[in-house]
Amino acid sequence: MPEPALPPADRSVLRELLTFARRNTLSAVGGVVGLLIIAMAIAAPWVAPNDPLKTNFRHMNKPPDAQSLFGTDQVGRDTLSRVIYGARTSLFVAFAAVLLGTTVGSLWGVACGYLGGRFDLASQRVMEILQAFPDLILAMAISVAIGTGLPAVIIAIAITRLPFGGRVIRSVAISVREMSYVEAGRASGASAFRIMRLHVLPQCVAPYLVLATTHLGVAIVIEAALGFLGVGVPPPTATWGNMLADSITGLIPQWWLVLFPGSPSPSRFSPSISWATASVTPSIRGSPRLPPPRHGAGRSAPAAAPALATARPGAAS
Amino acid sequence: MRKYLVRRMLFALGTLVGVSLIIFVVLRILPGDPLVAILGVEGIAKMTPADRVHIMHDLGLSDPLPVQYLHWLHDIVTGKLGKSFFRGDTVAELILHRGPISAEIGILALIVSWLVGLPVGIVSAIKPNSWADNVARSAAILFIAIPGFWLSMLIVLALLFWFGYKAPIIIVHFWESPWQNLQIVIGPAIVLGLAQGAYIARMSRSCLLEVIGEDYVRTARAKGAEERTVVLGHALPNALLPVITISGVLLGFVLGGSVAVEQAFGVPGLGRSLVTALIERDIIVVQNLVLLYAVIFVLVNFLVDLSYAWLDPRIRYA
Repeated sequence: MPEPALPPADRSVLRELLTFARRNTLSAVGGVVGLLIIAMAIAAPWVAPNDPLKTNFRHMNKPPDAQSLFGTDQVGRDTLSRVIYGARTSLFVAFAAVLLGTTVGSLWGVACGYLGGRFDLASQRVMEILQAFPDLILAMAISVAIGTGLPAVIIAIAITRLPFGGRVIRSVAISVREMSYVEAGRASGASAFRIMRLHVLPQCVAPYLVLATTHLGVAIVIEAALGFLGVGVPPPTATWGNMLADSITGLIPQWWLVLFPGSPSPSRFSPSISWATASVTPSIRGSPRLPPPRHGAGRSAPAAAPALATARPGAAS
Repeated sequence: MRKYLVRRMLFALGTLVGVSLIIFVVLRILPGDPLVAILGVEGIAKMTPADRVHIMHDLGLSDPLPVQYLHWLHDIVTGKLGKSFFRGDTVAELILHRGPISAEIGILALIVSWLVGLPVGIVSAIKPNSWADNVARSAAILFIAIPGFWLSMLIVLALLFWFGYKAPIIIVHFWESPWQNLQIVIGPAIVLGLAQGAYIARMSRSCLLEVIGEDYVRTARAKGAEERTVVLGHALPNALLPVITISGVLLGFVLGGSVAVEQAFGVPGLGRSLVTALIERDIIVVQNLVLLYAVIFVLVNFLVDLSYAWLDPRIRYA
């Protein structure tokens, strides 16, 4: 009976979440704040009290007061509104970059791990070269090279994320390749592409999710650093990095212009988001609505774990 | 051991050649005319085609790309590293002048990270889930998550507001005036060191916890060794391997992070030069500085690999 099967599954996810929250209060709080910031970014036009780009020369450099809770900047723009709209740009860039970089990197990793041979060898060298650059420096160079703008920043950050997806997922694919059900697929004459798509890829979903959430925080910091250094999303668009860069154009920065754009940075919550994902993932995998885990499930997770542990945590700053 | 060393060295060298190729290609696809960046749009308009050819030739930008690349390799080998478009000095001079400040920041940050991270990790591991452990872990998350350059700005502001203090923003080398030099480098070193220290604390905690659970540690306890000897003498050395690795890996984080942190503190180090050169499209400076950062990163990871093989014989024969 499929009908009554669904509610218990829901409840078990919920219960698992509650247990998780009780055991890791800090992570749970972080996760909630992270979600709130995402909600704030989505609802920016309704939440923000003012237009983030509207200048007001009668109200410049004002400290926080009742009219503008976070004060105003050098040209009288409302800092609170800019922080809220900044969340939009910053989060959009980070999500897009991680989605692009981790997805392409992971697909590349699946191909490397499954196909092996010369393709794998060459790919490994390319990834090694990409990882030889400090993240922020590579992102800066690429972002300037392809012209500063929103897409350029996203591509630049995505390229720095490629090797992480590639390496972690490759090691998962290698362990899955040896599973007997994959061998059975090969024996039945399935093409390499079909096996990768139907048998290897599903096993990579869990590590992919963990990887993506882990790197979200890194991407947010890189974006902010690019903006801060003047090679990110061009002004006057509000991003947290741009606002910080603007604040030091004056001789003495106004404290409210420095304090507020930095403080909501959800990067601090991103480790907790990734923990939450890591702990919730088993329950998602166990839920009946998704295809049941194949035989390799128990084996592929430990295979992914050491790879995740060795993945560089390196952030921009 | 020698065979392993040679193989790793060839690997590192190959990687660096690849790195230089990528830098070269990425910077040569820069949109826009480098001369516009140097002379401005008006300057370009006033220039005769002959002038243009002449200047391009002077800058070494008129040769075919493979020739330019070989020229660059030649410059690297001879240590000249080419000239800035805007300033008269060569990149080698720039590195010699500003490099020491950045290097000092990096080394001090490394020292800070171990001095802070390791003790915190050990205390956490001795009494897991105690209040001290919880405080340490929360602090670690905080320092990992806070962007270094933002923390730097807050520190600069706080010092200015409450103490009216501003660190000097000129280049003072250690051998000229140690006290002034220290004031310049200490801020960035602490900010970068604390962020790394947070990773080191987490890593050493988890590694130590794992090792403490092993049989030989129980044996050490059973023979009546003091807890201090057991943890520091028996368990710690085996727990340190991954911590050393992560410390080398974190260097990428320090190298990248130092660029933004130097900017925030107003420290005139190499990172500042790199940012300025990027914004000015000063290709020659950019390509050499980016290569320098990559060389340092690859070199340190190479050394980490070596230390790993030296500390753990299993890796040599794998």
